[in-house]
Amino acid sequence: MRASTSSLKSKDLLGIEALLPDEIELILDTAEGFKEVSERPVKKVPALRGQLVINLFMEASTRTRVSFEIAEKRLSADTLNFTASGSSVEKGETLIDTAENLVAMHPDMIVIRAKHPGAPKMLADRLPNVSIINAGDGSHEHPTQALLDAFTIRERLGRLAGVNVSIIGDIAHSRVVRSNIHLLTKMKANVTVAAPPTLIPAEIEKMGVRVVNRLDEAVEGADVIMMLRIQLERQGKLSFPSLREYYNTFGLTPERLARANSNAIIMHPGPMNRGVEIASDVADDPKRSVILEQVTNGVAVRMAVLYLLGGAHNVE
Amino acid sequence: MNLLITNARVVDPSQELDAKLDLLIEDGVIVKTDKRIKANVETIDAKGLIAVPGLIDLHTHLREPGQEHKETIATGTRAAVAGGYTAVCAMANTLPPNDERAVTEMIIAESRRNGACRVYPIGAVSKGLKGEALAELADLRTAGCVGVSDDGKPVWNAQLMRRALEYCTMLGIPVIAHEEDANLTDGGVMHEGYFSTLLGMGGIPAASEETLVARDVILARVTGAHVHIAHVSTAGAVDSVRSARAAGVHVTCEVTPHHIALGDESVQSFSTNLKMNPPLRSKEHREALLAGIADGTIDAIATDHAPHHFDEKNVEFDLAPFGVIGLESAFPICYEHLVRAKVIEIDRLIDLMSCGPARIFNLPGGTLRNGTPGDVTLLDLDAEVTFKAPFQSKASNSAFIGQTLRGRAVTTIVGGVIRYDIRRAKRKTNR
Repeated sequence: MRASTSSLKSKDLLGIEALLPDEIELILDTAEGFKEVSERPVKKVPALRGQLVINLFMEASTRTRVSFEIAEKRLSADTLNFTASGSSVEKGETLIDTAENLVAMHPDMIVIRAKHPGAPKMLADRLPNVSIINAGDGSHEHPTQALLDAFTIRERLGRLAGVNVSIIGDIAHSRVVRSNIHLLTKMKANVTVAAPPTLIPAEIEKMGVRVVNRLDEAVEGADVIMMLRIQLERQGKLSFPSLREYYNTFGLTPERLARANSNAIIMHPGPMNRGVEIASDVADDPKRSVILEQVTNGVAVRMAVLYLLGGAHNVE
Repeated sequence: MNLLITNARVVDPSQELDAKLDLLIEDGVIVKTDKRIKANVETIDAKGLIAVPGLIDLHTHLREPGQEHKETIATGTRAAVAGGYTAVCAMANTLPPNDERAVTEMIIAESRRNGACRVYPIGAVSKGLKGEALAELADLRTAGCVGVSDDGKPVWNAQLMRRALEYCTMLGIPVIAHEEDANLTDGGVMHEGYFSTLLGMGGIPAASEETLVARDVILARVTGAHVHIAHVSTAGAVDSVRSARAAGVHVTCEVTPHHIALGDESVQSFSTNLKMNPPLRSKEHREALLAGIADGTIDAIATDHAPHHFDEKNVEFDLAPFGVIGLESAFPICYEHLVRAKVIEIDRLIDLMSCGPARIFNLPGGTLRNGTPGDVTLLDLDAEVTFKAPFQSKASNSAFIGQTLRGRAVTTIVGGVIRYDIRRAKRKTNR
């Protein structure tokens, strides 16, 4: 199916929640075209030449920041990386003041990774002349991750509608899971989330997902198994007793994987904890694991998002 | 000090009165309520208006001493009279806290000097609000405190709560309880439910409030003391109060206008003016509050007026302080959501906002009987009001900015003196 729209309605990408299915299709289709750029000997197109993109990272990030930066460079944008540590933020400057100072230097887009939910929206509401791209805000949303996940599923399985996706791990604290639920339910996939009850947030079933507390139930009949990182600092506190017990109950091993559909794929947004939520045999399974493909596709999807928002900006 | 109000519809639930009457105040005291009074004093023609006992707020943060950048006694009481309040109870969590007589006396002296309405200080339960040792509660009572509370946080130590309740039976004042289990709250910033999940924000479960309410009604029962539950926001808390009251426990409670009017779904805007503690709750909890108002379980509407500086609220939702202002919006909001919405009649609303508060905290006022203070509010139920900055309050962290409603206080009389009059206020802004 090809998207029936040719532009995004908002100047910003704050989350998947507000996107229409057509807009999601448009981003994924556009990303298909850009994927090829990264395979050329000269990996660069002039789409965003002369545009300044600021990567405002208020929280540590490797994969997402690098992926955005590569995407920006392949589109010929000028890029500037701003990280909270060692900056005015450490001197007590508020996020709004930091952003307004950056905006005074006329960037076209700001890619923001924030510790707190809603921070990208706060900037978008106050900064009418710059496009804000959410690169993850607290436990709220991580839209480009969900888009690259959808791109990868579509590429591997040929469709999103009707696909059985099981997301397993720290559902409560994951922005990835929220964006994925929005995206996958909009595209008519079937979503199951699985975790101990202590890691399932209140009333998540109202988001249109099935909730289970057993790994086997989640894996049974799944086409896509998406493992989430368990934050090591949560062990031994109140969420679960120990990493050992977590692995025994929710770790994905080859034996447990046998219950999934024969062509099921394994995904992980990274960074992985091998031997905690996922066994190395599974993570490195050459046939089923698409974890590194997700990373490759991340660049193409982010190029598409930057292109579509930057393009809209050019028209103004 | 002498004032005649003519042609008003006088609504005074304390006397079950609702009639067209004149009302005469002499030397700051109501001396006569009758049809057609003749007196050669300053006269207000209140045709088309409702005269009610001055509104009383049981829960106001005036911020002085110590946080005058947020609010002062002068500005907070100006906001009060603009909202129809003739008296407010000033919470103890100032800097320093009102945990000793000198602070109480300062608050009283400053409100006499620069206050627009009566101010009744609430003392701290514990020294420094630390929840460790009792403050000098008898001294605070003598200095003028009408109740004690560590509001802003709970009295976590159950033994301290028990002792405070016991001690206050001797003083004849209530212990006002902010009910919250900090372990269950666990750094949460909004109601725990579908919307906290959707927004990825830390949730404050209803159980955080309900477990402490359950504890404190038990402690009130075993001590025979009066516990007043501040800002009740959950169905379970209303149930606890209702059943304890039925069993003869001396427990009273208040709800805020914002918990009546707004739900947690509104937090999707990420507006920090929707961040308060307890948080805006979900529909089933709001419906339980309305049921508690309708059946009399809830004794009072209190604003929890909590002014904060613009800069403090101009940050990410997680980082903003809890609290919203409420004195200037309370009556219009309650009139809209309770009377116009046909939950209760106007006389019951006046009971919740004036007579009830006076009754449960044993305060002067809350009535228009002869011989009581001349504290009268004139309401115009058709007048429009739009909530927007600047407010009379120093702060503008209102949850209702942009809303236009009908029904508001137009004149506020404290001890026979006109402390607020919308016509004068308008002239002033036009100048």
